[in-house]
Amino acid sequence: MIAIHHYLILSAILFAIGTVGVLVRKNAIVIFMCIELMLNAVNLTFIALSNHLGKLDGQIFVFFVMTVAAAEAAVGLALMIAFFNNKESIEVEDFNLMKQ
Amino acid sequence: MFEYVWLIPLFPLIGFAINGLLGKKIKNEKIIGGLGTVMVVCSFIVSALILLQLLGLPGEERHFEKTLFTWIQSGNFKADIGFLIDPLSVIMLMVVTGVGSLIHLYSIGYMHGEEGFYRYFAYLNLFTFSMLLLVLGNNLLLMFVGWEGVGLCSYLLIGYYFHKKSAGDAGKKAFVVNRIGDFGFLLGIFTLFWYFGTKFNVWTINFHELALQSHLLSTEATFGVITLVTLFFFIGATGKSAQIPLYTWLPDAMEGPTPVSALIHAATMVTAGVYMIARMNFLYIKAPQTLMVVAIVGAATAIFAATIGTAQNDIKRVLAYSTVSQLGYMFLAMGVGAFTAGIFHLMTHAFFKACLFLGSGSVIHGMHYALHHADHHEHCAHAADVDPQDMRNMGGLRKQMPWTFLTFLLATIAIAGIPGFAGFFSKDEILWQAFANPLHGDLNYVLWGLGAVAAGLTAFYMFRLVFMTFFGESRLIPEAKKHLHESHIVIVLPLVVLAILSVVGGWIGLPKLIGERLGNIPNYFEHFLEPVFANGHVAAAEGAHLSATLEWGLMGTSVLIAVVGISIAYALYIIAPTVPARFVARFPRLYQLVYNKWYVDEIYDFLFVNPCKAFGNFLWKGFDVVVVDGLVNGTAFVVKNTGGGMRYLQTGLVHNYAMTMVLGVVVIVGVYIFR
Amino acid sequence: MDLLMPVVNFGAIMPELILSVVAMVLLLVNVFLKTEQKAYLGYLSLLGIGYSLYVVMTAWGTPQTGFSGSVLQDNFALFFKGIFLVGAALTVLIADQYVRREECNYGELYPLILFATVGMMLMASGTDLMTIFLGLEVLSVSLYVLAGFNRKNLKSNEAGLKYFLLGAFSTGFLLYGMALTFGATGTTRIAEIAKVAAASSAVVQNPLFLVGMLLMAVGFSFKIAAAPFHMWTPDVYEGAPTPITAFMSAGPKAAGFAAFIRVLMVALPTLKADWTDLLWILAVLTMTIGNLIALNQDNIKRMLAYSSIAHAGYALVGFTAGNSIGTAGILFYMLTYTFMNIGAFAIIILVGKKGEPNNNVSDYAGFGFKHPVLALVMTIFLFSLAGIPPMAGFMGKFYLFSGAVKAGYVWLAIIGVLNSAASVYYYLRVMVFMYMKDPTEQFDWVKMTVPVFITLIICVVGVLGAGIWPAYLLGLAQNAMPF
Repeated sequence: MIAIHHYLILSAILFAIGTVGVLVRKNAIVIFMCIELMLNAVNLTFIALSNHLGKLDGQIFVFFVMTVAAAEAAVGLALMIAFFNNKESIEVEDFNLMKQ
Repeated sequence: MFEYVWLIPLFPLIGFAINGLLGKKIKNEKIIGGLGTVMVVCSFIVSALILLQLLGLPGEERHFEKTLFTWIQSGNFKADIGFLIDPLSVIMLMVVTGVGSLIHLYSIGYMHGEEGFYRYFAYLNLFTFSMLLLVLGNNLLLMFVGWEGVGLCSYLLIGYYFHKKSAGDAGKKAFVVNRIGDFGFLLGIFTLFWYFGTKFNVWTINFHELALQSHLLSTEATFGVITLVTLFFFIGATGKSAQIPLYTWLPDAMEGPTPVSALIHAATMVTAGVYMIARMNFLYIKAPQTLMVVAIVGAATAIFAATIGTAQNDIKRVLAYSTVSQLGYMFLAMGVGAFTAGIFHLMTHAFFKACLFLGSGSVIHGMHYALHHADHHEHCAHAADVDPQDMRNMGGLRKQMPWTFLTFLLATIAIAGIPGFAGFFSKDEILWQAFANPLHGDLNYVLWGLGAVAAGLTAFYMFRLVFMTFFGESRLIPEAKKHLHESHIVIVLPLVVLAILSVVGGWIGLPKLIGERLGNIPNYFEHFLEPVFANGHVAAAEGAHLSATLEWGLMGTSVLIAVVGISIAYALYIIAPTVPARFVARFPRLYQLVYNKWYVDEIYDFLFVNPCKAFGNFLWKGFDVVVVDGLVNGTAFVVKNTGGGMRYLQTGLVHNYAMTMVLGVVVIVGVYIFR
Repeated sequence: MDLLMPVVNFGAIMPELILSVVAMVLLLVNVFLKTEQKAYLGYLSLLGIGYSLYVVMTAWGTPQTGFSGSVLQDNFALFFKGIFLVGAALTVLIADQYVRREECNYGELYPLILFATVGMMLMASGTDLMTIFLGLEVLSVSLYVLAGFNRKNLKSNEAGLKYFLLGAFSTGFLLYGMALTFGATGTTRIAEIAKVAAASSAVVQNPLFLVGMLLMAVGFSFKIAAAPFHMWTPDVYEGAPTPITAFMSAGPKAAGFAAFIRVLMVALPTLKADWTDLLWILAVLTMTIGNLIALNQDNIKRMLAYSSIAHAGYALVGFTAGNSIGTAGILFYMLTYTFMNIGAFAIIILVGKKGEPNNNVSDYAGFGFKHPVLALVMTIFLFSLAGIPPMAGFMGKFYLFSGAVKAGYVWLAIIGVLNSAASVYYYLRVMVFMYMKDPTEQFDWVKMTVPVFITLIICVVGVLGAGIWPAYLLGLAQNAMPF
């Protein structure tokens, strides 16, 4: 029997994988994909809880999260293109103009 | 007239606004200087009218508050923009505006031709405004506004000659040291407000209301909240009034123009700490332990600064240490509960010290002029290297500058404590109170002893200054000597007025003993201030049971000590001028120690300044680079070894930031889950 | 299953609606304008902001709910909306001169500012975690673009990307926190969360609830740049176009506080003991780290970035206190901070040359002699930031710290006072350069334009007015705090 806590643990693991991905990957696009993974982990949490509690709020929330993620992707990719145009790279190590 | 008290700070503010904004365009020195001076004179006139009206009232009615509007109101906290008129604030008003007017006038002559003339007068007016706010404010917060304002102006004026690195550094030092004091002041306000509020449900920071409610407090035999509060305020006072351990900024502050030293660093701003304690006397009297600290610090500063003063060669530095020492006397008076005597000394000191500083300014001005001419017209090569402030280059100036000499001599006699002159009455009153009051047990004799020795030292170094500057043979290079002459009338006039005040200013506060002999002349000063220190006088009055013989004896002793000090100075610098040099040669270590101000600056650098700088650097380079990167790399190391597969782990800057965030989350959640 | 028609009340989001419509009109108009005509978009957006501000002012005192209770336009929201609108208006005023000089005069700037403002307003009036999240994202997405707006400038690119990656990352935590809170209480409505939690101690003791609160706190801490979630701030502030830096330091920070306050105080009063401890630590860390690193900064934008971190710390002191004067102090502080900070940035824009190669503190050497009035104005802003009376900054800090003292957090207040004493050093350093160093430059390129002039006037009046007569504004702020 798959109970609610299984879903929660799975989503926690996904969230953690996403977080670790952000910390270790160096390509900005891949980092952004890891962030998407975190958001999807949250979506999974919402849906599981929504189903468990019998309330629709959680599922509605998921729609918004997906929409927002799409908007973020559009903006994020545009920013990366602008950066690439100037520096020919989207490795995060090259974001090093400003520090300390 | 009371209703128009707000005019007093308004005039200098107008002067500041006009000179500050338009001064650069006006250019005409007479208009700029005249405007600045006239504004302060207007304040002086209003103050004098208020004084007259106050004198016309019976003693217990001499209190008036003019509230312009409520500044801050929130819950039970309330602070007004309101002005307090009572004998204490009026005395301060008279000192600030009176001495202030004279120094503004003097500045017109002294600053003639300086670059940024308008800037100088704008700052000076702003200073006067802030000082008046400090004095007139009817609550702690408004006083704090003035307190910060005078600190800022002092900083700006010390750094006035910003081309000189030493001037900038001195300004910075003054500012930093004062911040420590301000911090104490703020803590005092907060703690006092909170304590009165929570303990007695009296939520106020208004001086008068606090004084009325002070009967709720019991005298604290052991360390308590009021002791803490008063100590906080005292920290504020040590910063502003240059007492041990925060005095080091004042001698450096002499980098500013001389009239500034006279106004801010002798007559008015540095006495703010004394004024503040006098204003809060109802609190201090409840905390005998704080009073003891105040008395000890005051006495120690008095003698400590006096010893340093004996070995300085820069004319202004001698006066600076003298100021620190005299401020020590005022704190000694506060510490033994003799608030009236302290304020009395504050007033007389303002007269004679302003006169001394302005006199030294006149000398420096003359020296500077002479050396300048020697340099340019006589083509004397080394004239530019001669320090116009070094007393070793002076001597015999009384012939060239008779008025400066005469006024300077009178003020010196006053500060040395020769009977009949202003300093005698006030200083003697303090010493007598230190001896006779019952507050601190046997410590009294020590306090008196320190004060008396410091008085002797004062007489010595002041006359040393006079002898080295005005007597003997001129040691100035001959090319420059013939250009020496008396200063302009706008410089001499304030000197004369202040010298007269230094002579007669003390007679309004005759000691009872002398007053009775001279046909029952009362101590006007004490009577005038009586309502303000209604609580504080308990201690002073009890001292009266000591015999009149003893008082005469002590008075005689202190006069004797002063005369001895003067005689030694005479012997060493007039009769046998070679002796000091031989003394220096005989005890080089001791001389170096004293000449270098007991190395206090170096010790402070070592103990406080360098560690603070290092700590800031550590956080900047250390925290970001070592700790954050270290944590990141450390975590990376752990992850690399446990995670196995994630071998290609690399950190860039964004990674560092993300890592910090994750660490923050992990720590926060971890702490909450596992506590 | 019953389907209920949602109760829509457009009155509750009227200010947002106005701005959204104006922003969309601007996007259309933008297509037809030549580069040198883009300033008209600025004037149009000022009209929109003005009208919106008018609506906000008339709505004062009449709370309205809308969208089945997921937005609530009460005085609290209205006060914050006022702050955002003022911030947006001042930004628009100073932007034109900058974008012309930097040759990044793309018309999208103005609609983006308006959309960001809409997002902030939704955050302030959201009473559902969903609305708050949406508001936050509308704001963030606009800000990512704005930070990278000068797309030919590498620093600006980098600022935008860094902000984007870290912002999206922090959103993950915020959302996760919201999900867990939803799981623990079964609702996303703020008022209902409080009701459910108050009714059952099982909910309060549920670890999901606690962790949900903590993660949401982390998400908001990122927005207000509280340490240790502050590290994006200096880089983004330095790299972003200066008017945008000014904008970001004022409005979005206040919006973060609005949502933070509403969520913690209204939804989670049952966990007050827990989050007060957290806020205490955050406040101390934020103030101290911000100030200490600011001490060593040479770039003035970066210095102000660290200083803005420190200021968030002061506001957190008032938040920790949690009493009427402390929280009203935050509102007061955010408004006055808008004036002083945007004012200071306006001067930085005036002094800057193309590409802003002269943003170091030492580049202000002798500015006081060449432009005495401008230097005086800058001094007023710096003093206010430093908290020297009688400027507004002093009053703000005073309220925040006295709130903390009243609530019994004496040590917190002491740390705050210590910090603000230390901060004077780096503000004063600018003054030292302006007034006490010989000019190395002629500053002849510094040209005042009418919009910047108006901005400076508004900011000076705001800073001095709120400092000398703070009672009125504080009264409004206290009126706005229903909780």
